[in-house]
Amino acid sequence: MGAPAETAARPMVQSVALAPGADLAGFRSAARRLVGAGVPPERIAWTVAGAPELFGAAEALAEAPPLILPKAATETIGLAAQHRDPERYALLYALIWRLTHGERGLMEVASDPLVHRLWLMRKAVGRDLHKMHAFLRFRRVQDTGTERFAAWFEPEHHILVAAAGFFVDRFRSLRWSILTPDGSARWDGNSLSFGPPGRREDVPEGDGFEAGWRDYYESTFNPARTNLRAMRAEMPRKYWHNMPETLAIPALVRAAAGRTVEMIERSPAMPAKREPAKAVAAMFDDEPKSLEALNAIIRKAEPLVPGATQAVLGEGPVGATLAFVGEQPGDQEDLKGRPFVGPAGMLFTRAAEEAGIDRGEAYVTNAVKHFKFTLRGKRRIHEKPTAGEVSHYRWWLDKELELVGPKLVVALGATAVLALTGKQIPITRARGPFRFDRQGNRFHGYITVHPSYLLRLPDEAKAEAYAAFVGDLRRIAELGAELAA
Amino acid sequence: MDEALSKKLRILADAAKYDASCASSGAPKRSAGKDGLGSTTGAGICHAYTPDGRCVSLLKLLLTNWCLFDCAYCINRRSSNVRRARFTVEEVVTLTVEFYKRNYIEGLFLSSGIIRSPDHTMELLTRVAKSLRRDHGFRGYIHLKSIPEASPWLIEEAGLYADRLSINIELPTEESLERLAPEKDGASIQGAMAQIGERILEAKAEKRRFSPAGQSTQVIVGADATTDTSLIARSAHLYDSVGLKRVYYSAFSPIPEGSAILPPKPPPLAREHRLYQADWLLRYYSFSAAEVADAAEDGMLPLDVDPKLAWALRHRERFPVDVNRADREMLLRVPGLGARAVDRIVAARRHTSLRLEDVGRLTSALKRARPFLVAADHRPTHLTDRLDLRARLAEPVQQLTLF
Repeated sequence: MGAPAETAARPMVQSVALAPGADLAGFRSAARRLVGAGVPPERIAWTVAGAPELFGAAEALAEAPPLILPKAATETIGLAAQHRDPERYALLYALIWRLTHGERGLMEVASDPLVHRLWLMRKAVGRDLHKMHAFLRFRRVQDTGTERFAAWFEPEHHILVAAAGFFVDRFRSLRWSILTPDGSARWDGNSLSFGPPGRREDVPEGDGFEAGWRDYYESTFNPARTNLRAMRAEMPRKYWHNMPETLAIPALVRAAAGRTVEMIERSPAMPAKREPAKAVAAMFDDEPKSLEALNAIIRKAEPLVPGATQAVLGEGPVGATLAFVGEQPGDQEDLKGRPFVGPAGMLFTRAAEEAGIDRGEAYVTNAVKHFKFTLRGKRRIHEKPTAGEVSHYRWWLDKELELVGPKLVVALGATAVLALTGKQIPITRARGPFRFDRQGNRFHGYITVHPSYLLRLPDEAKAEAYAAFVGDLRRIAELGAELAA
Repeated sequence: MDEALSKKLRILADAAKYDASCASSGAPKRSAGKDGLGSTTGAGICHAYTPDGRCVSLLKLLLTNWCLFDCAYCINRRSSNVRRARFTVEEVVTLTVEFYKRNYIEGLFLSSGIIRSPDHTMELLTRVAKSLRRDHGFRGYIHLKSIPEASPWLIEEAGLYADRLSINIELPTEESLERLAPEKDGASIQGAMAQIGERILEAKAEKRRFSPAGQSTQVIVGADATTDTSLIARSAHLYDSVGLKRVYYSAFSPIPEGSAILPPKPPPLAREHRLYQADWLLRYYSFSAAEVADAAEDGMLPLDVDPKLAWALRHRERFPVDVNRADREMLLRVPGLGARAVDRIVAARRHTSLRLEDVGRLTSALKRARPFLVAADHRPTHLTDRLDLRARLAEPVQQLTLF
């Protein structure tokens, strides 16, 4: 373009020298000072100092106040400053000048030639960063003790500093260095430091896993889909010599056509082995067929929300007339591994006895099989399961009821209702006989409160509510007897 | 790496490559803990490209290629004479961790042939994911193929460790499934997808982790007689009904050890490409499945022009569109203008009146857009009505050679 030479010939042109590479800090402080002093773009010659000492003087100047720029501009400046184009600072200063001189909305005018050119530069830097994150390959350094890795990479732009954070986030627990012709980065497990340029020879010549990686690369290629143009567009040749897998490309491409023709022309082969008829027949016969088998699965599973001591399984005889479904195990249940043995459980057992139900003859279980709590001091405070947790456990409840085969299923409280119907139904409205009918599981049902509700009531209301609960249980016993008859 | 492991790796990577999905995108941003390994960036990274132009992002493996199913299109069907191998859980974990440390991959995409039973297989897959997360503090990407025939609780357990779950519908119609994949059943596939979809929504609402990058599926193109419009209609339905993130279209590929039911033939690559473009119109350009069908002839999308251009050629009465005035929806319908270009046009025209040259800086496909656009210094006059417009805009029929 010749612009710098032209301006250099005129008087009053200021020369501003910045450090080699992406000297964003130097550019920022110079731009603040120059805009503050009202120096227009055509009066500045941006140069890159050969050695860092030369721009020491500029640093010493008093810092001018920050410029207020749109966010999109700051982002563009941060990225485009890393571009290798020697004109980058001049273009960026021209942008800042226009933004601060009547064109505040300039960043939105993507069709403007300057904005467009900087956008292309920004894109090129972004792509270079992305490709460095993608194509850099570490090799293990074979020396004593701790695992260390090293990589050699040749970025197109001045991106090492900006690219390093990604590797810290990803490989925080490892020790590694990245060497480039412009500089090097080193992570010791705690801190990141940058140093002088490296040499390819400083990185090991190979790695024990490279052959395996090449095997993978070769095997994952489908010769019937060969498309070299697409490969080169995304993985330009310039990156190949630092990627161990690309050694395989020429042979893969040479063989591809032949392999494809062979696949198409070869006539289908007869199966060499006999049909594994028994295994095929057996494979879908996989569902737990007894309560014990189901319980073994539940016992093995981990709680959805961590913390519970053990899964609390249902209790009672298979074929029981009545099945009671509660919410989830509480503190006592969790420790003892049995349902309905805490305060609410004892209340339930007493009320059932008053109603003439022998708890030992009924099946008792919970919608959710693991205790969930928040710790307050040393106390584990029960926490209600969420709707998602209830549906997570619902498969087991469905299967459990199917295997027990009760005549009447009793939902104790809202969580049990949710588990049995898949819907949130207020107890006050639905209390009484109910038909549970979901996904093939049909049961005569009954909805009542959870016994823990009675424990929470104020004393004056307790007696009446307890009597109503016992009343429900009496009806349940009657209904059960009718259905069993 | 010892030779035995290398051999297994070659067999089980070869066996896994017919699954087209490779994306490592959509996971919430994470970075490695103090003693952990791995991160996710949101957009995903392709660490290499093979000579088929496909991205290598995840280590794509089968746990085993032994399989009790007999799907005609699949190289691993039980009646195939392909060489068989089986990894242990530990071997897959080691390969994933060691490859990851060298920056070869974004994570793992694990699938498996069905051995012993669907439940047994699903448990093994989940054990790999669990070991990576628990024993190695692995925060990289994990995509698990779910086995729709497995018990629902096992599929749900997988969602606790995986970033993405997928179930392949493989064949678009029930009849094709019955004929070509006799052990599979459309209803259980659909049911398992609906189940995963529900769990993902619930977990999101309750801020729990469950397959945070969503679920995807794959359908094989060209193995049966299904038309493009019914494929797209099926996809549109899946996006709506089970909240699918992506449908992958995989051109039926000839395989070594091909089946006698399916005559081997070259893959319909151009057709696959047009289907992806049409799918894109559904997801990002607010086209309905019916509008995509409008771009097709006899149910098939044209191969010489992209579906958006085909739609525009059918609907010339809607054009030309004024870049300086038209609303966003209509600009999105202009061939050659992508979603990003449209956003930039809408922002720029608030400050300036756009000329054709300006539009040229906002899209790289001005040639295609030009006959459909009005700009400050440009009217296409009769161009939009020309009979030979299609021929002028069609891509030279690409000779797809194998080099």
